[in-house]
Amino acid sequence: MYDMKALYEATSVENAVELLLEHPQAKIIAGGSDVLIQMREGRLAGIELVSIYKLDELRGVSMDEDGTLRILPLTSFSHITKHPLINEHIKVLGEAVDKVGGPQIRNIGTIGGNTCNGVTSADSASTLHAWDAIMEITGQNGVRQLPIKDFYVGPGRVALAHDELLTAILIRKESYQGYRGHYIKYAMRNAMDIATTGCSVNCKLSADKKTFEDVRIAYGVAGPVPMRTPSAEAAVKGKAVSMENIEAFAKAALLDVNPRTSWRASREFRLQLVEELAKRALIECVNLSGGVL
Amino acid sequence: MIVGKSIKRVDAFDKVTGRALYTDDMADKSALIVKIVHSTVAHGIVKAVDISEAEKVDGVVKIVTCFDVPKYKFPTAGHPWSTDPHHQDVADRLLLTDHVRFYGDDVAAVVATDEIAATKAARSIKVTYEELPFVLDPLESLKDGAPQLFEDYPNNILAHTGYEDGNYEEAIKEPGLIKIEDWYETPIVQHCHIENHICYAKEENGKIVVVSSTQIPHIVRRVIGQALGIPWGRVRVIKPYIGGGFGNKQDALYEPLCAYLSTQVGGRLVKLDVSREETFVSNRVRHAIKFHLTTYARKDGTFVARRMEGFSNQGAYTSHGHGIVAKGSTGFRQLYQSSGATKADVYTVFTNTPVAGAMRGYGIPQAMFALESHIEDCAKALNIDPLELRRKNMMPVGFVDGFSKNENYFDSLNQVIEKGKEYIDWDRKQKEYQNQSGLIRRGVGMSIFWYNTAVWPISLESSSCRMVLNQDGSIQLQLGETEIGQGADTVFSQMAAETLGIPVENVYIISTQDTDLSPYGTGAYASRQTYIGGFAIKQTAMLLKDRILEYTHYLCRMQKYDLDIKGGNIVHLTTGRTLMSLEELATTALYSLERSEHITAESTYQCKSNAFSLGCAFAEVEVDIPLCKVKLLNLINVHDCGQLINPQLAEAQVHGGMSMAIGFGLSEQLLIDPKNGRPLNNNLLDYKLSTTMDHPHLEAQFVENYEPTSAYGTKALGEPPAVPGAPAIRNAVLMATGVAVNKLPLNPHNLFARFKEEGLL
Amino acid sequence: MMQTQLVKCTINGKYTETIVDVRASLTDMLRNDYRLTSVKKGCEVGECGACNVLIDGECFNSCIYLAVWADGKNIRTLESLLGPNGELSDIQQAFIDEAAVQCGFCTPGFIMSAVEILESGKLYSRDELRKLLSGHLCRCTGYENILNAVEKTMKKRLGK
Repeated sequence: MYDMKALYEATSVENAVELLLEHPQAKIIAGGSDVLIQMREGRLAGIELVSIYKLDELRGVSMDEDGTLRILPLTSFSHITKHPLINEHIKVLGEAVDKVGGPQIRNIGTIGGNTCNGVTSADSASTLHAWDAIMEITGQNGVRQLPIKDFYVGPGRVALAHDELLTAILIRKESYQGYRGHYIKYAMRNAMDIATTGCSVNCKLSADKKTFEDVRIAYGVAGPVPMRTPSAEAAVKGKAVSMENIEAFAKAALLDVNPRTSWRASREFRLQLVEELAKRALIECVNLSGGVL
Repeated sequence: MIVGKSIKRVDAFDKVTGRALYTDDMADKSALIVKIVHSTVAHGIVKAVDISEAEKVDGVVKIVTCFDVPKYKFPTAGHPWSTDPHHQDVADRLLLTDHVRFYGDDVAAVVATDEIAATKAARSIKVTYEELPFVLDPLESLKDGAPQLFEDYPNNILAHTGYEDGNYEEAIKEPGLIKIEDWYETPIVQHCHIENHICYAKEENGKIVVVSSTQIPHIVRRVIGQALGIPWGRVRVIKPYIGGGFGNKQDALYEPLCAYLSTQVGGRLVKLDVSREETFVSNRVRHAIKFHLTTYARKDGTFVARRMEGFSNQGAYTSHGHGIVAKGSTGFRQLYQSSGATKADVYTVFTNTPVAGAMRGYGIPQAMFALESHIEDCAKALNIDPLELRRKNMMPVGFVDGFSKNENYFDSLNQVIEKGKEYIDWDRKQKEYQNQSGLIRRGVGMSIFWYNTAVWPISLESSSCRMVLNQDGSIQLQLGETEIGQGADTVFSQMAAETLGIPVENVYIISTQDTDLSPYGTGAYASRQTYIGGFAIKQTAMLLKDRILEYTHYLCRMQKYDLDIKGGNIVHLTTGRTLMSLEELATTALYSLERSEHITAESTYQCKSNAFSLGCAFAEVEVDIPLCKVKLLNLINVHDCGQLINPQLAEAQVHGGMSMAIGFGLSEQLLIDPKNGRPLNNNLLDYKLSTTMDHPHLEAQFVENYEPTSAYGTKALGEPPAVPGAPAIRNAVLMATGVAVNKLPLNPHNLFARFKEEGLL
Repeated sequence: MMQTQLVKCTINGKYTETIVDVRASLTDMLRNDYRLTSVKKGCEVGECGACNVLIDGECFNSCIYLAVWADGKNIRTLESLLGPNGELSDIQQAFIDEAAVQCGFCTPGFIMSAVEILESGKLYSRDELRKLLSGHLCRCTGYENILNAVEKTMKKRLGK
């Protein structure tokens, strides 16, 4: 039994917006794997909920005419991992969300919920950052788009007004074409865990595989919100594919991150991971791209 | 022979079909629900409890606070009662307390018509505390001037025991000795049975009936009587199937409170379902222990003098108390020998942390982690092969413990080591893994262990059994000893069938213990049941058999001593003739118009022996130094627990213990916030219990030396599997990296700190 | 006023209509309204897997699934596996034969994950099986015999 004041089941996106406007205290529940737990803890006890879980119109992955990948927010982690479009164009996203919790959690957990709860440890978030995802948001004033880096406002906070919900996550063709990515989740155990630090890297090599045309990197739990490390990216962009440059890249990541000490891990240890994971992830990206080190 | 065969579990069908009923499955939906208000300070005096908001919550039936409960102090440990007041467990608990001694102590309780109302009301109760200084570490707690938990225990010392075999100070004077000493530390861990503790209570026929997920129904009955100040016979405790216990449920947990609350609502049905978060904090945990070990050895590896100092973190109340570290000190004394002296001083110290009780291994996992890590350190310091050093000093064949009179009859330790070595390919890998310099390195390590079975002569060891012959020649078998998942019911059935000479299918064991109906037995702990219950089963089966043969004698006029039961038939030994089936005999006896008899037998066996249960583990690891991670590649446990009653179930039991040892070694630790004493990770996400992906293949092997003191040649196997894994892993990491990690768990946090200290990072 | 909602769904092959309290989890509904007590409560936050059931062929921890969401769904619990004449399914039999059961509390959840694995008709490696079963905690078995039971049944079904 969950201590809730009322549950409003949305019948469509428009209806969800209406319900949110009608009930200014209500919170959106998607798969519930975060919201229900917070209710049980007492943090959200006695709350009103607008459930969007049954909105099948918000499930699935498709491609727009311009090649943009359109990931609908209620798509479960397991469905993202299995989806052919994901496997073809941005396999690393499927791999990253395949590291969330365990199989049952990956069946209930949604990529929209994973990003909208605003937590830095979300396994999808670093990869979405690293691929320049665009968040498509629907509210009473229609649809707007926001780069994911602007979507995260602070720990547990995202740029959604009360009447708004996330209705799609977009990855532009220029963001994924020619790129290969790798995600490393560092956690204390190999399943049913949250990331101590997560690192998602992707790169595009030159035709001769000798030069990094582009490298993008993002972390979870290296700061209050998922983040890119521009210094690292700048350190290798246009440089030769070499161990030396990869090491410089990993070192440069330390310039931008700001992990904190908590009982889950010390800042010092997380910094150790930031550097090591960057290195290992980029090496793997080079391998995936057919480069030679 | 049915003993020694891998028959399928007698409860397996019900468990794979969902028919097996556990406490919550049996509770009527109408039950009132209890929620407990726990302390939010580590130490303090409750000044006021404001229930005015809580009372307004719709559905609240009753609120009871620490100021309302009876002042009968009671002990909680699942030990047999002692009629000697000096040997009784410390009675330091009240149902609810106004002197809270840890974050999570019990202050008030709400009874409501449903869970949400109870939770809401419990959350709206406002407790005012006068906060007292608190202490979380046993070494700090010992110091003069530390905050005191109990007036009667100066310096918070619950108990201090020790021994000195030989003269330690004299022994260490021998010239040329090499001294090796260090500290070894184990963390607070929790049992994490998947079914949380749950109980429900109601009054019926003038009695308080409590159904509980417990390992020890007969003991819980007594404790409820003590806590409520009522005659013990007025309490009836029923134990259905339980979802694991591992020692946590070898304590009276919330049964006394639940029983009391039922009496406060007119005997209505009241259910107290403990949440996972509460289980971690407000049930019991494993004692965290800091050991300081010292060895003086000759260059040839002979141990001359050995010393243990131990400081065991009791947490806030006594529960099982000093028995845990005391047992550890006995293991230290016996597993290795010294030519000169062995000395120990061990302390059990109160702190403002969750209450430590029994947990699988009862102090031996902690002590063996310290000891077997230390032996490895000795081997390194002495530059002697670690196996050779162990073999030179370990408990020899023929060793007799002066106190318990336990005898080490066999060369079990060498036998288990040989098996472990072979499986892990020790000789080759030990060479191969020397002098690695990469960032990812491998190592092998091992540990032996000592354990002894049951609790004699520290406490009473007795067990009762009842057998009832049915008309069809089958029997009902009842014991006070409990099935908690380990397979007790199955091996008991095998034993009964073996001695009675009937097919095991004809043994119907009654799994449920009901203190009004079941014979007395103290329950599942100390790895005692197969050993102790075995005596009671054999004795009762022989009694039943005697009665059966007596009746056969009456029917057939054959001499009783020339009769036996084989395969469910009564046979004449001299001629080999089958006289009749047991079914025929039983039907005749019951319905005879001349001499009707319902053939039953019941007896109590008091056991005054116990037995060493020895074994080892070998581990192979791969250490990723930059990521501070240990990957366990291989693990084997080898046990000599005497004759196996059911080899397949024995192997399964070992797997579970190995898994617990992996968690103890690598990942598990209940963290307490040093700022306020608040537990930080009391849930299954943040407390790192191993998953399927954190284990390698688990290899379990046995050496079967028939235990001469035992009814069926068997001895302890419940707890020992959880013992040797952690030190074996630690020693493998030492080989791989050269870094001795003396603080469990070997998780990335501890490895990061140690690798930094040693310059690996 | 308690808010209720009508939930129409199929439970273990039978069409049902239930008026549920919207605050109920699917665990609550299955245990309380249908006495399907194989659905166990071990943590109530989706960490242990004891309450796992199949919903439209996929595994879910029913403790963190609102009962109202079950509307229109096909739900299966362990109780559905027994044949019409009380025959055990192959996976139940394998759990018995491999001694994969100890206290039995995690068993129903594990078996239902095994059902999803087996129904996929795929051959998985031991490591893949470890991953597919990683949403369940067990403190008794060390998972060893559970993995054996699932692996053997999978191979048997695939004729390997």
